[in-house]
Amino acid sequence: MASSASGSSRRVSAEEVLVVEAGIEPGASSDPILLTTDSFEEVEQELNSVGIDDPQPGSSSQLQQTPNSPVKRVSTFETLEQASSVNSDETDELAQQLAQEHLDCDPLKSKEWLAQNKHIFVLSQAGKPIYSRFSSEDKLVTVMGVMQALVSFVQAGNDMIRSIHAGDTNFVFIVKGPLILVAVSKTKESVSQLVLQLTYVYNQILSILTQSQLTRVYEQRRNFDLRRLLTGSERLIDHLLNFMEREPAFLLGAVKCLPLQPAMRDSITQTIVQTCGKIKNLVFAILLANNQLITLVRMKKFFIHPADLHLIQNLVDSSESFKAAESWTPICLPRFDSNGFMHAHVSYLAEDCQACLLLLTVDRDVFFTLSEAKQKIVEKLRRTNCLEAINESMNKTSITTAEIGLPEMRHVLYKCKSTAQFWSPGFQAPYNNEKEIQRLIGCYQCLHHRLHVPNRPLKLLFQQTDKETMLAWVTSGFELYTTFEPLVTKTDAINSIGKLLKWIKKEEERLFILSSPTF
Amino acid sequence: MKTVEGKVVLLGSQGVGKTSLVTMYLTKFFNTHNSPTIGAAYFTCNIKLEDTIIRFQLWDTAGQERFRSMAPMYYRNSNVAFLIFDITNPKTFVNIKTWVLELRRNVQEKMVLILIGNKLDLAALRKVDSDEAKVYADSIGALYYEISALTNEGVDKVFSAAAAGLKQLASGKNDLVTSLKIYDNLEKSEREQPDVPLSEEPFTTSIAHGIEKKPFLCC
Repeated sequence: MASSASGSSRRVSAEEVLVVEAGIEPGASSDPILLTTDSFEEVEQELNSVGIDDPQPGSSSQLQQTPNSPVKRVSTFETLEQASSVNSDETDELAQQLAQEHLDCDPLKSKEWLAQNKHIFVLSQAGKPIYSRFSSEDKLVTVMGVMQALVSFVQAGNDMIRSIHAGDTNFVFIVKGPLILVAVSKTKESVSQLVLQLTYVYNQILSILTQSQLTRVYEQRRNFDLRRLLTGSERLIDHLLNFMEREPAFLLGAVKCLPLQPAMRDSITQTIVQTCGKIKNLVFAILLANNQLITLVRMKKFFIHPADLHLIQNLVDSSESFKAAESWTPICLPRFDSNGFMHAHVSYLAEDCQACLLLLTVDRDVFFTLSEAKQKIVEKLRRTNCLEAINESMNKTSITTAEIGLPEMRHVLYKCKSTAQFWSPGFQAPYNNEKEIQRLIGCYQCLHHRLHVPNRPLKLLFQQTDKETMLAWVTSGFELYTTFEPLVTKTDAINSIGKLLKWIKKEEERLFILSSPTF
Repeated sequence: MKTVEGKVVLLGSQGVGKTSLVTMYLTKFFNTHNSPTIGAAYFTCNIKLEDTIIRFQLWDTAGQERFRSMAPMYYRNSNVAFLIFDITNPKTFVNIKTWVLELRRNVQEKMVLILIGNKLDLAALRKVDSDEAKVYADSIGALYYEISALTNEGVDKVFSAAAAGLKQLASGKNDLVTSLKIYDNLEKSEREQPDVPLSEEPFTTSIAHGIEKKPFLCC
């Protein structure tokens, strides 16, 4: 069945699928809240300039899973944090010792280390280790030396190494500013998807340091040890890498919104606009809950790129410390301005409402103005029952396709291109454990790659395997990736997509943010 | 009742327990999985000392080196500095000395310095001598406390000492300490703007594009 996949894809004509009348494109808006340049397409373009032969992932897109050994990866950062943590009872000390012993051995001789699905390394152009995902980077001086040698050897010929393919392992390189970033992956992700992930890692580093600081430290000293400036921040990169493996948002270059009644969302937005409207130099106000966007208010003429919003989500999701108190945090948004810090007033709305409000300004003296504004916003939201509405939506499990009335459809990703927002339902059987979810995301990655492969992009792909049937469809307005029962017929699949699109259209005001409010 | 409002800044290396100290004092709870502070966190609390309410504006700063250049924003106009080190880590004690030099250079007004050796629960692993720290504290005119933000040992004492120090600053030659706010009642203080962390020198990196920088004032 698998082998007929690409054959089928050509037999389904676009007309056949076009059961939905033109112009209804659910979630479309002429006034998008986010910048809508597709980060993935940019990566593709960049790659396209040098033709690379990307190995086609097999149709039976099964992600390889390394058997999870009981001893989980011990990263340096965990142990460093342990060592510096105030708490340290006897068990902790023992754990530290064990971890230390584990680190003392050469990772290259560790079976567990070698079996990892995807390694990520960051080093300086001088070959100095900066970051490694699964082990202490200073144990990897020689390996990183080899990577640096490979890059500079090809550079000497006025060329640029992009990737090496050995068996089922892909080695992907990017050189950005003074840094070299390398992915060594046994997953079925394509080279361009890995490049995208490496770019995110680089942008995460910029978000911590800014481009100008990064450039300056290396201008001053070519063999600078960047870890000095990154200590305590490696966990942001760790978290980002895990985040990218389970969140389709990165792949789609889009953001998911918290479903809310449009009147409620408007009321929240208006509260923010009215309270903060007079504050000078406030550029963005962003309200997030469960990694989903509740609302975003921006200064006229300025937009935020989804990639920057992903970094903000990563920061919020990985920093428990924001829950304890109001914070005043410098953050660089690389797509907005890679050379400057913005200052963010970060706080959760209330003990009883765990939505995180970020007020981003370029003025570093306005903490108390923003703190006061936040208090007012919360008071008003409480009076107008908005906090309750947010809580209700946060605590509700996401609707499944079965509940929408589409029994053959198991799961779907719907991205509206004009607004850079996507929607997906809750996972249901058989995708009810971490392993199966990972596999499904892997399938979506394969579909995404095949639709966007630069040499021969597809509009439509119908793929049947023994585990599921998938249909992916790209139009000028949206991208759709659907998962069905394996034995679904093409007609049923198409009918059910028609119903789905009608449902999304009906619910679009609740699922998406269709306007773009400004201060 | 009189209210004295002062700004307290917590300084020290990464992982010495600045955030743990504050959260232990405010919540009596120790968080084993505290993630590093990013930038700085802001807390307020009141202490009643005889006939005076002492109101603290606490700035809990991040210890990571990348935030070092932002420290002036937080310690400027502060009245109390908690200088925190880890008694099991001599490096963190050495770092205190650079903080003191920096404060001396940049803060003109009299301030209460409190040197704090944290992690007393790990006294068995102690690497910084108690007497040495005491001598150093005397030399810079600071008070010295050893505490454990894990067991709450000595935590209250530190805050009481800070409150007493502030009260003294306020009662003494108060015309000298202009950054300290003294009110006759609390209501008035709440209407006033709290002390804003003002930037003192142009930021080392440029501010995000698109918005004109404010003209830099010179005298």
